[in-house]
Amino acid sequence: MGSAVEQNVRAITVADRLRAQGISRRGFLKFCASTASLMALSPAMVPAIARALENARRPSVIWLSFQECTGCTESLTRSHSPSVESLILEQVSLDYHHTLQAASGEAAELARETAMQENQGKYLLVVDGSIPVKDGGVYSTIAGITNVDMLNEVAAGAAAIIAVGSCAAFGGIGHARPNPTGAMPVSEIVTDKPIVNVSGCPPIPTVITGVLAHFLTFNKLPDLDDLGRPLAFFGQSIHDRCYRRPFYDKGLFAESFDDEGARKGWCLYRLGCKGPATYNACATTKWNQGTSFPIEAGHPCLGCSEPDFWDMGSFYRALSIPTEDTTRTLVYGVGTGAVLGAAAAAVARSRKSKAKAAHYKVSVNDLEEST
Amino acid sequence: MTSVEFLAWVRGPMFQIAVAIFVVGVVIRLIEIFALGRKADLSEPRGGETMPGIVTVFRRSIPDPGTFKRSPFTIVLGYLFHIGLFITILFFVPHIELFHDVLGVQWPGLPTPLVDAVAIISIFAMLAILVNRLRNPVLRFLSNGEDYVVWAATLLPLVTGYFAFHRMLFPYQTMLGLHILSVEILLILFPFTKLMHFFTSFVARWYNGAAFGRRGVQS
Repeated sequence: MGSAVEQNVRAITVADRLRAQGISRRGFLKFCASTASLMALSPAMVPAIARALENARRPSVIWLSFQECTGCTESLTRSHSPSVESLILEQVSLDYHHTLQAASGEAAELARETAMQENQGKYLLVVDGSIPVKDGGVYSTIAGITNVDMLNEVAAGAAAIIAVGSCAAFGGIGHARPNPTGAMPVSEIVTDKPIVNVSGCPPIPTVITGVLAHFLTFNKLPDLDDLGRPLAFFGQSIHDRCYRRPFYDKGLFAESFDDEGARKGWCLYRLGCKGPATYNACATTKWNQGTSFPIEAGHPCLGCSEPDFWDMGSFYRALSIPTEDTTRTLVYGVGTGAVLGAAAAAVARSRKSKAKAAHYKVSVNDLEEST
Repeated sequence: MTSVEFLAWVRGPMFQIAVAIFVVGVVIRLIEIFALGRKADLSEPRGGETMPGIVTVFRRSIPDPGTFKRSPFTIVLGYLFHIGLFITILFFVPHIELFHDVLGVQWPGLPTPLVDAVAIISIFAMLAILVNRLRNPVLRFLSNGEDYVVWAATLLPLVTGYFAFHRMLFPYQTMLGLHILSVEILLILFPFTKLMHFFTSFVARWYNGAAFGRRGVQS
């Protein structure tokens, strides 16, 4: 790192790279146009995107993996291959990534430190996985450094942070009850840097390339929703864009995974679909090169791009069902009510009999005497 | 509190709190009423009690011509929104899922557009009921704060449910959360307000019918 050769490589623009890899200008502009539409930008922005991407120098990216399953990396690396999107990924200088880098041990950590020094204040930090903070953060360490220390150190010099996957964005499975490691999302630890949450378990590959393209084009992060997610991808719910929506509107539901409704492709609400309360782009962008998405494959949406989706009750129970055992509350409630009711009745009866005992008859004469 | 945390709270602990208050409250009040007892009637019965009681429960659902002439609005609108409420609560598929989970029984739902139409009719009937109550001097005189609170508590679940189903106003999690919260408010108010008529009105009718039956009079 930092050698003359490396500097030269850095000087090569995205456009040079694409040409070297045999991508035509037409193909490149097509990519710019589809990126613009994906990000809900005006078509007038396409030339701006093209110009910016053509001249963009490879930004340094440091990718930190904490309490994670590598599913997010798997999702990204196996996306659309080979395609312009994946080439765009090659246009960043991925200087540190556990799973993908060749270096190991001290050499790996040296790469991270070098990248940080050379690009102080300019590099992009990508994080996947949650960060354990309980007991001083001992539950996950890399090269003897706790995750929380490493995050704070690397975040300090970052231009922006992309929290990839629901663990980095919202805490994910590590954060699920009872959260034994005190797992936290990036946004609860780093509060002074722009953060984009690209949630999902795993997130959609196009979303991360879209966010990267936006950053390269405008040198800033895209518009975000109230959970810090790019609005262009998380602005609409799965339910609103679901091709099974007409069945929901008509009231036609599959009631088991193998009934007539399921075979006819009816709505999966009763089988626990969380699509109505889940904001993500699965229903439009789809997975595996636009082949399909879970609902299309016959499985209800788990709601994986929403915070704490592990703690929202069973994946296979409808959204309208309470997350706790209401039958038990009902039975205990009747029991408690019966005991308290009996007590109240006893009190009322004793007051009644006391009133009866204290009762005495008053005649007209008594009243006359008293006046 | 984010919208997701809000939804998790109303679907989780808050729902249990509301159900607990509802059940405990209703059971206490019913036991209290039944345990109050009545003085033994030593007169010789001139007729049965059970059948006249049951008949009265149903007969009192039919307004007599005089009452209908005097207050047609109250009766027509009252019927509209009670039936509408009954249909939307019991025959909307997501609600059936809830009953199935809590009570272990389920029944077929109605097509969603039908429930939707019924909900709209109920909402307008309830709004008309308020207008009628405010415009009619006698009704307005007879109404107290509780009547308006109960009216609002009944209307809110309908309105928020309508908005949630049509995905209007707020992000869905917030709107669904508000709908569930409005039902929880209704459940909590239930045992302590006139909403108890859901349980007591039929008991009262039966009692009246039975008392008249014993005296050999038609009620």
